[in-house]
Amino acid sequence: MELQHGIIILMGLAMILSAILAMVVKDLISSVVAVGVVSLFASIIYLLLQAPDVAMTEAAIGAGLSTLIFLYALHKTKDAEEEND
Amino acid sequence: MIKKLFAAVLLVFMTVMLYQLYSNITEKSELSGVSRGYAERGASELGTQNIVTSIVVTYRGLDTLGEVSVLFIAATGVAVLLRRRKEDEPAVTAAKRQSSEILQTGTRLLTPIIIMFGVYIFINGHLSPGGGFQGGAVIASAVLLLFLSDINYKINHGLFNVIESFSGVFYVLIGILGLLLFGVNNFLDNRILPLGEFGTILSAGAIPVIYSLVGLKVGTELASIIDNMKKD
Repeated sequence: MELQHGIIILMGLAMILSAILAMVVKDLISSVVAVGVVSLFASIIYLLLQAPDVAMTEAAIGAGLSTLIFLYALHKTKDAEEEND
Repeated sequence: MIKKLFAAVLLVFMTVMLYQLYSNITEKSELSGVSRGYAERGASELGTQNIVTSIVVTYRGLDTLGEVSVLFIAATGVAVLLRRRKEDEPAVTAAKRQSSEILQTGTRLLTPIIIMFGVYIFINGHLSPGGGFQGGAVIASAVLLLFLSDINYKINHGLFNVIESFSGVFYVLIGILGLLLFGVNNFLDNRILPLGEFGTILSAGAIPVIYSLVGLKVGTELASIIDNMKKD
């Protein structure tokens, strides 16, 4: 039980760290990936807290699909920037 | 300067608010109220092994209808906004880079397995964690992988729209059938089909059917959203 608490606290710290990273990092793609990592850690915490249903949703939608939608959006805005130059 | 001050004040405010919430949390040793009712009645009344499913699909089926509608509206909104822009300005077919050999081979290997896993999740929704939404999202991620590996990959829009519409309509019809057979409080009742033997795959009445419909609907909707996002 104590070990599990430790893991959850570690995961929470990792979440905070990657959230800060997402803001600080200059490269936007790394930033998007860092946001995805926040979701990934969140889904592991859900799993440890006995909520596998929520964990699955978070992993599939938060870490997977929304990260990729951000990447597509980023790609599009980059194209627009190049056209303007 | 004033911006940073404002941010700091906001941060302190949020900390105080969250601390208030946190300090009021007391760990409960047993279920209370409506959750106890769901936990006690779910298995015997509806024949589901996974209590979450019995709540999402039957007890709170009307809320799930709302959830499905929200997703539908989101998908429609994306389609309307992004498709119109595509028609206005003809697509610029710039020379795109092919994706790497590793990605292509990996996709060919993994896509069937991912789709099968998605189907497994929603068919076993009443037995194991997960259900229509999760399974649908997994299927959509398989479609996403196809998009990533082949830049010229196109989904069959007609087929996807037909699947999406039919599963939506059948979902609502099954819900209304519950209303007709079991009274006004029973939108989406799974007992329209026999409950079967507890713990087997063909049990829990209509839940496997309902979750398959939800899974197909969510999967096709998310795949269409990705497709619309991808198009230039």
